[in-house]
Amino acid sequence: MFPESLNFSIRKPINHFVDMLVTNYGSTFRAISDAILQVLLLIEGVLRGTPWWVVIIAFMVLAWLGTRRVVLTIGVGIMLLVVGMLGLWDQTMQTLALMTMATLISVVIGIPLGILAAKFRSVQRIILPVLDVMQTMPSFVYLIPALMLFGLGKVPAVLATIIYAVPPLIRLTDLGIRQVDHEVVEASTAFGGSPMRILFGTELPLAMPTIMAGLNQTIMMALSMVVVASMIGARGLGETVLNGIQTLDVGKGLEAGIGIVILAIVLDRITQGFGKPRRFK
Amino acid sequence: MSMSGIQIRGVSKIFGAGADKAIALVEQGLSKAEILEKTGCGVGLRNITLDIPAGEIFVIMGLSGSGKSTLVRHLNRLIEPSAGEIFFDNTNVLTLGRKELRAFRTNRISMVFQSFALAPHKTVLQNVIYGQISRGTARKQAEAIGMEWIAKVGLSGYEHRYPDQLSGGMKQRVGLARALAADTDVILMDEAFSALDPLIRSDMQDQLLQLQRDLAKTIVFITHDLDEALRIGSRIAILKDGELVQVGTPNDILANPANDYVARFVQGRTAVHA
Repeated sequence: MFPESLNFSIRKPINHFVDMLVTNYGSTFRAISDAILQVLLLIEGVLRGTPWWVVIIAFMVLAWLGTRRVVLTIGVGIMLLVVGMLGLWDQTMQTLALMTMATLISVVIGIPLGILAAKFRSVQRIILPVLDVMQTMPSFVYLIPALMLFGLGKVPAVLATIIYAVPPLIRLTDLGIRQVDHEVVEASTAFGGSPMRILFGTELPLAMPTIMAGLNQTIMMALSMVVVASMIGARGLGETVLNGIQTLDVGKGLEAGIGIVILAIVLDRITQGFGKPRRFK
Repeated sequence: MSMSGIQIRGVSKIFGAGADKAIALVEQGLSKAEILEKTGCGVGLRNITLDIPAGEIFVIMGLSGSGKSTLVRHLNRLIEPSAGEIFFDNTNVLTLGRKELRAFRTNRISMVFQSFALAPHKTVLQNVIYGQISRGTARKQAEAIGMEWIAKVGLSGYEHRYPDQLSGGMKQRVGLARALAADTDVILMDEAFSALDPLIRSDMQDQLLQLQRDLAKTIVFITHDLDEALRIGSRIAILKDGELVQVGTPNDILANPANDYVARFVQGRTAVHA
């Protein structure tokens, strides 16, 4: 037995801290929550309000612009058509809205943090272990306090998705900028480029394939969170999966699962397409 | 435009933490190995004092690890010295603030790199006008200047190509055009021709000599190759292990090597009495 005299617990202080946040800063969190919700509802409204065939054509256009491959473009169209025929169109659009929101916020947070980590070793030293924690900590551990702070529904789902999905974007932005040919950066400096011009004109464009790989990973990880997200009230494909499992309706669960996989494939191929340098097309 | 050259005064460079302690040891005259053992610091350059006259090709020669690339990067402060001063036009370059330093780099001093260092996502023309854009020249005018230099280095018709569509020799012509288009008094050339095939290399040397005759720029040329140094240098400085061993005209160095090291270098070559 481990001696009890050596025991200590952070349980109580953490609980007090969360209680304090809820009591004292509840309105602040409510305001953040409302702001995120407004944008999310807007995205969802647009996606669900647009006729299905327009959405499919839009995705096919994106696939074509990203990859310039005919077969892949047609494949994207067919796969989305299948989702619709399975009766999952509305849920898919809800999930897509959640993904889009989580991805947007991830980009806004992740790319600047990645840049800072690449520029300052001290920032990198702090961020990397935090990212490790974010990726390994079971999501329910932060889902519950998120629920307490933001209430049930889509917003805590978005936040939980971001916590889980943003690390690869930060890591690969950092890596991408560090991997830019040192001499090219040196040349920009030697010819009088300002730090901002070097960052936006040289480093970010050259790091872009790596950053896009990070974005791709972020989207894939966000998709793997949809079932968990639906446990705290997010609608969409995850909810259907959950529903199928709860009612032992294996077929229904599988259908919605296929929907998630299709969404993943479509988003993966499109983002990968945009990540490849394509000057010679 | 005044032509006063560059004066390097007592420049030392220490790599690693705790440079102050190492500098003191450099002043006491301890060897590179001793300083490394005592402080963990590497001595990159040791008390270099050198006058680079304006309007000629000044070659800094040494083997790898001699500190020649480190030294040349001090002139435009890509590397900051641990001790010493560098004067250009009677201004101590090391006292320049951030903005002044950027203006100094865009207006006074440009650079050609060993592995070309062209931005791969920019066309030949966009690469060539980088310096002009930095100093705020309007794009149209910068492009006119760029096209002129692209023609002068013999790359007309390639201005909208990307660097990876060019051969090594052509890439370095772009590098040269970029430095020339920046219209600076001084051009630093860090092993600029070392990565090229011998024939192309000799062409580029000829072209550089011709340009120098036409433009009378101050060119600081780094090389590890004695033949190249003798061929293009008005004056040659020889570095070894971060120390300056000898400075002189090619004939001086061939006729009166300062020590065994230089003597071994120039073995078998005889001075040309012009």
